[in-house]
Amino acid sequence: MMGFRLAQMNAWRKKTVLGLTLLVAVAPLAACGSNAPSNGSTAEAQGASGETPASASVEITNVSYDPTRELYDAYNKLFQTHWKEKSGQDVSIIQSHGGSGKQARSVLEGNEADVVTLALEQDVAELEKGGLIEPGWVDEFDKQSSPYTSTIVFLVRKGNPKGIKDWDDIVKSGVEIITPNPKTSGGARWNFLAAWAYAQAHDGADEAKSTEFIKSLYNNVTVLDTGARGATTTFVENNQGDVLLAWENEAFLSIKEHPDDYEIVTPSISILAQPSVAVVDEIAKKRGTEEVSTEYLQYLYSDEAQKLAGENYYRPSNPDILAQFSDTFNLDLKLVTIDDDFGGWEAATEKFFADGAIFDQIYQK
Amino acid sequence: MNLANPAEASNRIQEKPRGSGKAAKSILIGLGVAFILIMLVLPLITVCVYALKQGWEVFSGAITDPYAIKALQLTLLATVVAVVCNTIFGLFASWAISKFHFRGKQFLTTLIDIPFAISPIIAGLVFILVFGRIGWAYDFLQAYDLKVVFAVPGIILATIFVTFPFVARELIPLMQAQGNDEEEAAALMGANWWTIYRKVTLPHIKWGLLYGVILCTARALGEFGAVSVVSGHLRGKTNTLPLHIEILFNEFQLTAAFAVSSILVVTAIIILILRNIVEFKGRKEESEHVR
Repeated sequence: MMGFRLAQMNAWRKKTVLGLTLLVAVAPLAACGSNAPSNGSTAEAQGASGETPASASVEITNVSYDPTRELYDAYNKLFQTHWKEKSGQDVSIIQSHGGSGKQARSVLEGNEADVVTLALEQDVAELEKGGLIEPGWVDEFDKQSSPYTSTIVFLVRKGNPKGIKDWDDIVKSGVEIITPNPKTSGGARWNFLAAWAYAQAHDGADEAKSTEFIKSLYNNVTVLDTGARGATTTFVENNQGDVLLAWENEAFLSIKEHPDDYEIVTPSISILAQPSVAVVDEIAKKRGTEEVSTEYLQYLYSDEAQKLAGENYYRPSNPDILAQFSDTFNLDLKLVTIDDDFGGWEAATEKFFADGAIFDQIYQK
Repeated sequence: MNLANPAEASNRIQEKPRGSGKAAKSILIGLGVAFILIMLVLPLITVCVYALKQGWEVFSGAITDPYAIKALQLTLLATVVAVVCNTIFGLFASWAISKFHFRGKQFLTTLIDIPFAISPIIAGLVFILVFGRIGWAYDFLQAYDLKVVFAVPGIILATIFVTFPFVARELIPLMQAQGNDEEEAAALMGANWWTIYRKVTLPHIKWGLLYGVILCTARALGEFGAVSVVSGHLRGKTNTLPLHIEILFNEFQLTAAFAVSSILVVTAIIILILRNIVEFKGRKEESEHVR
């Protein structure tokens, strides 16, 4: 097998090996080398491409969370007509959906979104911390940049076989709960906080008792998905569990898909879930899409868009239009809010969802 | 590097188990068939049944949806680029490893196997850590207005990564078994390396190469994990066919999801048939060659 001693063969084999070795060694070096001087030129490059192109069409990317698929599908059509009338431009909107935290993460890592429409103020705040969004975005649009709201309800199987009426019914042993993971899902954080609000109201605001209540709730959780839509699929399509802690809009959507299989139970207390929208300043500036991006979010507050939100089972933030949907939504439901009852997202995150905070403590036995 | 004597190896294979009962044999075959039916055939049939559940219109609607077509185009693009890159690399690598001796050869062979051993999600995350906004190459890419992750190049890179070893892995054992004798003879007669490679080495590995390319294609078409991490799920832009299927499934569009899945299933079956033809032809040619 060996015995390769010909001078000719030797020569080309040496050359090949040398070549391969050089290639392997030089490639990463070249990459490193060119990385160093680039820092200075970045600003220039961004400045140069920052001019607004007055072309006939414009494209924006909306990175959103899980349950808004149907809403933005409808809204994008509405907005395209509106923008065409307003500016004469054709706008195309690229959608991306996933768990709210996961989506924020991907924008932070370079997924170029012109606007984000996420489930939590906290997720948008992460982008602010990462330097993508300028401070003060909360007040850039009305109602703390929440054009539509929702709340947390229970979705149970038809006939409510487990007799679930309120939060204390779902912590009973033998009830299987489906809810996503509060670490990755915005909806799941609202679920958690709504349960906490109930516990606080019934235990005389005793922290230890509330923690115990939440612990028994999560003991009953059989599937912990990463996003709200995954949890809905688990409950609705894969038939797991007795009760799904769901976004109100997600619960209504499931009923629309399967009217004979499920019903909604509204608990005595829930939370006003305020999804946040924001223009991603860094990207919009770079692409010159600030104007259309701002209008995209601003137009969510128009009467047409508010009605569309209501039709897609989101509670319109405009009280007059919300009143038109009183047949759909239970408007008497007692709703706590993140600002009044939990001292804002920052405090709530630190207390409940940060590493080693209450959720971590109760979820490991 | 201790190659077993080929003659000894083939002797071992030809030894037949003696006196095994007929009952045991049929039970084993039955178990095997049942396993394949339940684990492989049944799910595939389910996919096709679900795909056509709501009739032909829903099916053709799902597969001609603009997003589905965009996803298919992206998947095909990533597959073609990955297969071309990995074929070229595989030819070089297998040639270097099997025909030459050099320091670090064992190390190189191990490196080639990394994508087999590493979970695709890690592959995806690695690309994000290098080319993403927090990665070290980001400023450089920005300066030239290039986008890698959350764009098409990232998808192609991730696909190349996961399908990297297929061609090389297929060729290395084949070329090692063939040895260097014929190449040496050709060199003695004065042929240059390019002639040797074209006229001696390549004809021998033709079928093995084709087999590796087919496997590589199959894997590239179906890649989900690594691509999912670097995609950003931008509809019509960075969604590959497997990602599109997941989206449809999550949108309660079960039938559409299975309709699009059936495209992948049918492609997979075609690929498998091709694979068998290649295997058969290769074996036939080999035995003719021996005779």
